[in-house]
Amino acid sequence: MTKMTMTQKILCDHAGLDHVTAGQLIEAKLDLVMANDITGPMALPIIEKMGGHVFDKDKVVFVPDHFTPNKDIKSAENARDILKYAIKENLTHVMVQGKCGVEHAILPERGLVYGGQCVIGADSHTCTYGALGAFSTGVGTTDIAAGMVSGTAWFKVPEAIKFNLTGKLPQFVSGKDVILHIIGMIGVDGALYKSMEFVGEGVKELSMDDRFTICNMAIEAGAKNGIFPVDDLAREYMKNAGVEDWKEYTADEDAVYERVIDIDLSSIRPTVAFPHLPGNAHTIDEVDQEEKIMIDQVVIGSCTNGRMSDLRKAAAVLKGHTVADNVRVMVVPATQKIFMECVHEGLVDIFVEAGCAFNTPSCGPCMGGHMGVLAKGEKCVSTTNRNFVGRMGDTEALIYLASPEVAAASAIAGYIANPEKVGGMSHE
Amino acid sequence: MNNAHGTVFKYGDNVDTDVIIPARYLNSFDAKELASHAMVDIDPTFTKRVKEGDIIVARKNFGCGSSREHAPLALKSAGVACVIADSFARIFYRNAINIGFAIMECPEAAAAINDGDEVKVDYTTGTITDVTTGQTFQAQPFPEFMQKIINVGGLVNYVNGKKSVNE
Ligand code: SF4
Repeated sequence: MTKMTMTQKILCDHAGLDHVTAGQLIEAKLDLVMANDITGPMALPIIEKMGGHVFDKDKVVFVPDHFTPNKDIKSAENARDILKYAIKENLTHVMVQGKCGVEHAILPERGLVYGGQCVIGADSHTCTYGALGAFSTGVGTTDIAAGMVSGTAWFKVPEAIKFNLTGKLPQFVSGKDVILHIIGMIGVDGALYKSMEFVGEGVKELSMDDRFTICNMAIEAGAKNGIFPVDDLAREYMKNAGVEDWKEYTADEDAVYERVIDIDLSSIRPTVAFPHLPGNAHTIDEVDQEEKIMIDQVVIGSCTNGRMSDLRKAAAVLKGHTVADNVRVMVVPATQKIFMECVHEGLVDIFVEAGCAFNTPSCGPCMGGHMGVLAKGEKCVSTTNRNFVGRMGDTEALIYLASPEVAAASAIAGYIANPEKVGGMSHE
Repeated sequence: MNNAHGTVFKYGDNVDTDVIIPARYLNSFDAKELASHAMVDIDPTFTKRVKEGDIIVARKNFGCGSSREHAPLALKSAGVACVIADSFARIFYRNAINIGFAIMECPEAAAAINDGDEVKVDYTTGTITDVTTGQTFQAQPFPEFMQKIINVGGLVNYVNGKKSVNE
């Protein structure tokens, strides 16, 4: 009998089977089903056709984050509809503007997602929760409606790529650089339909926020999910979030992987993904040697890099500096709790004194909704996860994906800049 | 699902959901309205030229990006009968199946068929015929469980069917 990967073991348990192999079609029980203010309203009429009720009021969540604070009348109607439904169904976790944040930050923060779960979300970046050792993946609206009503979903058991991490990240290099480096290496379809399993002694050197960022962008390599094993750091995170009953899975020693890729964390450089694909990766050293890339906007936030340590890193670079005159900077903390911590730790002072706009938690400019839409020909350095044509506004705008530190350094310089050279001081 | 017979719109690798239906239109899920913006960021004349039954042919990783079901829905309501590609992004693939929109993985056909060719697709056999060049290709038939979902008219009916069995 072939041995199983982490992902395969979780799916196997949730399908109530003794064993699964890659390629097998299974029906799995779901532990959490999530939709947002774009996908949720579209699911409601489908839910209605399926009987109208959720399978478990503890396990269904709607998060209003994409176009909130409501940017126009239609968005307001959409946010209203999911809230009304959540209240009518008496859902345990009701999310309202002012008390939540971006879905992939708020669910782990509230302890709603954790190790060993099988989770689907009607949002492609649902793969984020793999950082806590969960199987989680993005699906579409019909799938989510079916999941909310039946508590189950069909999956094709994926094969996996194993990333064996060693070493320790240098200063000014973080999870974002790791995942941009990996996508640059394997391509935007390099893990198509597969799991990305991150293991090895290098794991313990990565913060939880680094792991969330890495899993968040698994989808940008085409993957079904990204996943880390649960260690002390993850246990501590889950305990702090109020989780009591998570489950830990490790891959069988001789589990079969499609390929194994060794990543030495100490060799990774600050990395920037050029327009228009997340796989279009260049190290900051390559950027330095070229002509300066002048920019118009910087975005620091999103489900990829809007967490506390991201904002701390950006603030450490910005402290005592001012943003270049040609640049506007949007800082968007991912949740209300992170917003509050920014206030308490004095980060808001640093950002505002430097000349940044400090905004309310939202997806905001990440998908060109509002709060920082780009004009034709504008260039933006963004800590978000996609730089597709038209993603943040005009189709002739250019988006460069980078870490919070590169984004902050670029904000000061007015062009894409190396944080090792601009401002910056030692920080954890 | 009937067979498809139409004119080909050909695109390259990694056609993403942001160009299939840009996020700025996502505050609506009216199929007709979505259809009126289909492919606008990659091919501004697409909606003017596309006719009922036409076929999109593209290369690797079609539909990558967001989970928006608006994407296959926009193409389906714009009249596109079928997408043929080397490979599809996984969420787009699921979504298409779940709304009963035909997609076929066939790298040979995706490589050989040209923009503007007249193409016929037989869904039951998986045969793709380029009428313009006279070439034929064989695509993988849908796996059995997907045929089941498609045969009962999509995932909605499939779930409803299962519930009535349980009750
Ligand atoms: S922050 Fe961006 S990528 Fe994340 S859920 Fe919101 S729109 Fe999607």
